[in-house]
Amino acid sequence: MTGFDFSNYNRNAALHAKGVPLPKATSTGTTIVGCIYDNGVVIAADTRATSGPIVADKNCEKLHYIAPKIWCAGAGTAADTEFTTALISSNVELHSLSTGRPPRVITCMTMLKQHLFRYQGHIGAYLVVAGVDPTGVGLYTVHAHGSTDKLPYVTMGSGSLAAMSVFESTWKPNLDRDGAVALCAEAIKAGIFNDLGSGSNVDVCVIEKDKPSQLLRNYIKPNERGQKERNYRFPKGTTAYLNEKVITKEDMKKYVTIEEASGDSNLMEVDM
Amino acid sequence: MVGHGMTGMLGEDGIHVDMNHLKSGEVNLGTSIMAINFKDGVILGADSRTTTGAYIANRVTDKLTQVHDTIWCCRSGSAADTQAVADIVSYHLNMYAIVNNEPPSTQVAAALFQELCYENKDMLSAGIIIAGYDPKHGGQVYSIPLGGSLHKQPYSIGGSGSTYIYGYCDANWKEDMTEEEGINFVRNSLQEAIKWDGSSGGVIRLVVLTSKGAQRHLYLPDTAYTGPGVTN
Repeated sequence: MTGFDFSNYNRNAALHAKGVPLPKATSTGTTIVGCIYDNGVVIAADTRATSGPIVADKNCEKLHYIAPKIWCAGAGTAADTEFTTALISSNVELHSLSTGRPPRVITCMTMLKQHLFRYQGHIGAYLVVAGVDPTGVGLYTVHAHGSTDKLPYVTMGSGSLAAMSVFESTWKPNLDRDGAVALCAEAIKAGIFNDLGSGSNVDVCVIEKDKPSQLLRNYIKPNERGQKERNYRFPKGTTAYLNEKVITKEDMKKYVTIEEASGDSNLMEVDM
Repeated sequence: MVGHGMTGMLGEDGIHVDMNHLKSGEVNLGTSIMAINFKDGVILGADSRTTTGAYIANRVTDKLTQVHDTIWCCRSGSAADTQAVADIVSYHLNMYAIVNNEPPSTQVAAALFQELCYENKDMLSAGIIIAGYDPKHGGQVYSIPLGGSLHKQPYSIGGSGSTYIYGYCDANWKEDMTEEEGINFVRNSLQEAIKWDGSSGGVIRLVVLTSKGAQRHLYLPDTAYTGPGVTN
């Protein structure tokens, strides 16, 4: 028989009918945010990766490089955000080399939305795209199905509600760099503390006009593991005993045969 | 039910497909949109709410999308689908203008939208209203509902909020209104749609298309949708 074998389709359909669930992918139940200010844009993320109820990584990186002055925060399926941003980063660099111009944020956003739309939401990447280019400052959200939004401040992921509540209550126009960083960090902290899917540390990336991008990895660590005050190690002699019996090698020869291991490797292979 | 996002059901009398079903987690434009003809051209209007389930993903959305200088559309349904369709039409109209050395007519734009919406009807949830002004035909309004049919109308309303204002629009519609009368008709209709439809809300955006080009208006809920008015 030549051609593609479709028998697994029937197997999967039968398995699905029996109620067997699909294998779970590592999902970044996440809080990611972005905020523009006078002279640039800030994006931030928490650092928890989850697989169902398990914390798969306590300090993962959700801020992805696209181009020197375009960065991307990713929520959704970890593998999809990683590979989608890497693919677009590659294509953006080739495009910039071909045109001889610095890449634009809107170009990157368009490439992402067209890629994600083609896959009809099966690529579970929810992204915040931010950067600075010759046309100015850019900040967009891109949903897995391929829809995009352009806003002065944005949040995404399971912690987006907690983070948005911070923005909606404290955001004001004409922020400066430090104000935008502080606001984004505060929004991520709201996600870390109030959303089960988010946790650990705050990562921040600042992209400013006429300056190299700054990735502030673990900008805030609000969940440091402190020194344990007590441990379970018991001092010697904690357990009382009634008697002591020492069995020497000589005594063991009564029960088993003992052969001394020699340096001759032909005698016996020893596995580590 | 087997497979992802499949909504077909095999009943005794054939396959039933729920056209309005959105894939889980998809961004929805539960919307109030409209476009009208008036004396000097057309007016497009829309609310600004986009939702993912019960969450408002964007409260200041721009659902009025430019596909050429004086050809615009109102988008309703899936945000991803309508953006993709509008982007493709925008590309073709710009190419058309270069190749033919003249701007496309509104009818050409509407026909392009129809082609995409009809041929891909099983994959799309998009309800689009196209309105444009061209010197030859003046202002024109076309609507393309879910199945991909094309209707030329004196005015058109669409989206979930439109169901509440059929009566209002029918009672208050007049041919050849002035610009001010037209703006008031659209704004008052959308205000009513927003009032009754939970999936619509936020600000009211208008675009007025005449021989003078495109002019944007904005009406905020904090001023009971009275201003600020023209924004460009």
